[in-house]
Amino acid sequence: MAPSVAATTNSHLQITDVTKNFGSQAVLRGVNLSVAKGGTTAIVGPSGSGKTTLLRLIAGFEHPDTGTISLNGTTVAGDGAWLPAHKRQIGYVAQDGALFPHLTVGQNVAFGLNAARLEGSRRAVNARVTELLEMVSLDASMAKRRPHQLSGGQQQRVALARALAREPELMLLDEPFSALDAGLRVATRRAVAKVLAEAGVTTILVTHDQAEALSFADQVAVMRGGKLAQIGNPFVVYTRPADRATAEFLGDAVILDAWLEGTLATCSLGAIPVRRPPAQGRVQLMLRPEQIRIAEDGPIRGVVVDTDYFGPETTVRLKLNVPKEVAEHADHRYPGGGEVITIRHWNASIARPGMELCLRVVGEAVAFPMDE
Amino acid sequence: MTSDLSAPPRAGTTTAGRGTSPRPPFGVSAVSVLAVLIALFSLVPLGYVAYMTVATGWDTAVGLILRPRVGELLLNTLLLMAATIPLCLLLGVAGAWLVERTRLRGHRVWAVLLAAPLAVPAFVNSYAWVSAIPSLGGLGSGILISTLSYFPLVYIPAAATLSRLDPAIEQSAAALGLGAWRTFFRVVLPQLRIALTGGALLVGLHLLAEYGAFAMIRFDTFTTAIMTQYQSTFNGAAGNMLASVLVFFCLLLLLAEVRSRGSARYARIGSGVQAKALRLPLHAYHVPAQLFLLALTALAFGLPLYFVLRWILAGGVDVWTASEFLPALVTTFTYGLAGAAATTVVAFPMAYLAVRHPGWFSKSLELSNYVTSSMPGIVVALAFVTVSIRMVPGMYQTAGLLVAAYVLLFLPRALVNLRAGLAQAPKELDEAAQALGKPPLLAFIRVTLRLTAPAAAGGAALVFLAIANELTATLLLSPNGTRTLATEFWSKSSEIDYAGAAPYALLMILLSAPMTYLLFQQSKKVAGQ
Repeated sequence: MAPSVAATTNSHLQITDVTKNFGSQAVLRGVNLSVAKGGTTAIVGPSGSGKTTLLRLIAGFEHPDTGTISLNGTTVAGDGAWLPAHKRQIGYVAQDGALFPHLTVGQNVAFGLNAARLEGSRRAVNARVTELLEMVSLDASMAKRRPHQLSGGQQQRVALARALAREPELMLLDEPFSALDAGLRVATRRAVAKVLAEAGVTTILVTHDQAEALSFADQVAVMRGGKLAQIGNPFVVYTRPADRATAEFLGDAVILDAWLEGTLATCSLGAIPVRRPPAQGRVQLMLRPEQIRIAEDGPIRGVVVDTDYFGPETTVRLKLNVPKEVAEHADHRYPGGGEVITIRHWNASIARPGMELCLRVVGEAVAFPMDE
Repeated sequence: MTSDLSAPPRAGTTTAGRGTSPRPPFGVSAVSVLAVLIALFSLVPLGYVAYMTVATGWDTAVGLILRPRVGELLLNTLLLMAATIPLCLLLGVAGAWLVERTRLRGHRVWAVLLAAPLAVPAFVNSYAWVSAIPSLGGLGSGILISTLSYFPLVYIPAAATLSRLDPAIEQSAAALGLGAWRTFFRVVLPQLRIALTGGALLVGLHLLAEYGAFAMIRFDTFTTAIMTQYQSTFNGAAGNMLASVLVFFCLLLLLAEVRSRGSARYARIGSGVQAKALRLPLHAYHVPAQLFLLALTALAFGLPLYFVLRWILAGGVDVWTASEFLPALVTTFTYGLAGAAATTVVAFPMAYLAVRHPGWFSKSLELSNYVTSSMPGIVVALAFVTVSIRMVPGMYQTAGLLVAAYVLLFLPRALVNLRAGLAQAPKELDEAAQALGKPPLLAFIRVTLRLTAPAAAGGAALVFLAIANELTATLLLSPNGTRTLATEFWSKSSEIDYAGAAPYALLMILLSAPMTYLLFQQSKKVAGQ
């Protein structure tokens, strides 16, 4: 979803010009974000960039210094308005689950349930707890256990069930999968995404793992230095990053000096089309490693420096040869080759140090102005 | 005053995105105001001593301090500390090491027995030794009785620390070529540093503050001299000057402990789960070790118990006059409960600030509390007597004033436990409860208070134990005609009615025993922090 959707139509959450300082340290320096109803947004950024603070502001645990936060069109924070956390109808899953250690799993899940509204009987509460536990793929017999008897993944799922008990419209997840083993992470992530999608809950996920952000959400917001550097859908944000730092954060990037004329950039990898040129002349060109393919008839040549075998693929570092045009004309406008770049290949036997490989570039590149 | 003072102020934890503010936020200002008031209140004894020193005038003060009598007291006190503290350290570490790190048979039983002497108040210990050897007196017997009474103050933190040491560190030392003894001195002992400096400080402060035990063997220290002065001239300058010197020594001890604590890190570096420590086999040393522990326990715990029981049997049924000891028991219980409740409530604002809003503000509050907690009971009592007579005459010799003194004296015990308990109830849980729809106050009660309750109860139990055994302040401040177990014991034994004093001694020991066990269990949990 594009971030410029008008506030009154489909927007569930609207954050406008929010800043937050802790003492003398400025953590958020002007954040603007809009989240549509039913959508999933991932806020991704390095540690210390302010993502958890933003989430806590949305949840109502902190006051913003300036700016406003509004839910469903009503201002809940800023501009003199303040709705405390317990009235916001927002589900919050903290980084380590934050289950109450003195209660059983069932009591934890039922904590937010208003017994009066469920016609008071214990059976109704138990039925609802069982239903919620099944929703997160946990056996109903777990209800009698204590949190410390569960594994990390199970605790996270109980925390999710607990937050879902009140049927919130907005769900906030703070790095919920970071404490899990790598193998478990993907499976839990898929399960959680499914549950939330089926329930139709608007979700905001905070993470420092870019792969998680790109796979989980339909809107990715990249946070850096207290501001959102780019907001867009995962494909756009990955293939057309707004600046160099965002490009390097979201994945491996090959950055080369290039000369841009019109929409064609010339660099050591040849002439590559650029979709939206930001400037002309000398620019920095960004390509993703998977765009540089090893092809027998490729126009660019490079010599392998070293390789790293990872199993399913091999990372190959190559030193690019000087392009023919430069060798002939020695034009100062065209970079002279000799850069070392990193690409990936599935066939390890093809690349050995000292070998010469032929390369071809697929797709478009992104250009950034030189001064970054 | 037991293992509370050995806990250095702890920094709070933060996660990315959440900074700590140097001052508590606006909504918590009521708590901070309360905490400041409590801190100021606890500075009254120190302020009193300083004021008195200044008010007496330099010449008079010098004249009163530089007397042969004071020199004699000074010598006694210094010799006492110089002999007792190293002995306690030695016995405490030896006992802790044998119990925690060797394959001693029955180490679980020994572990508890070595802590048991804490259940016997020092003045009861003195009473038992005087019954055994009536000619006991002077420096030697002072050292003997103090060492036997106070070595558990070193043993308990040392044992708790040893049980939590990471064996990986010792194994690294072995891999680097150090033998068992050298590993102990170069690797294990340094990690005991905090426990040892804290334990030594506690022993020193107890020595300076102890009255009953030394009075009974007619060994003069500053505290006994102050008491004598008080009883003769009530509020004389001489007594106040002695109190100033006493306070000076207490502060000196505090400073020494902070300095020797050092700044090295003692916590385990690195992730992963710590393995269980290996226990060394004793081989030829097994029997001597068992005999050593047997002798220690017999002298420190067995002997007092034996003589108390012997006196009770000698006295027969007559000593158990219900009309006398029942009121004393009830009074002790009432003061204990009231004091424990008041102390826990008073400690809460400071503990809350220290855990939830760490920063320079809460650290300075903790520091002031740390300093005032080293004040001996007699100084606190004197300060309260003077201040109440001069400023609030209606309060003098009221139960309220005595409870206030107890609160001041035993605040650290409640504080340490409350801090540990609050640390188990992080802010995230409170916030999670609010996100689940509970208003802040309800969330606080249902989550934070509920999780802190066991630790608070533990702290209250320890305060109860301390109040039941408290003698000095009770003698000075209790309303006329108040009888507690301790004061009744004291008046009976002062009249050399040892048989009559025995039931009170037994009741005090019985009352203290479960609390001592609780203290022992608690120390295992708090160790390493």
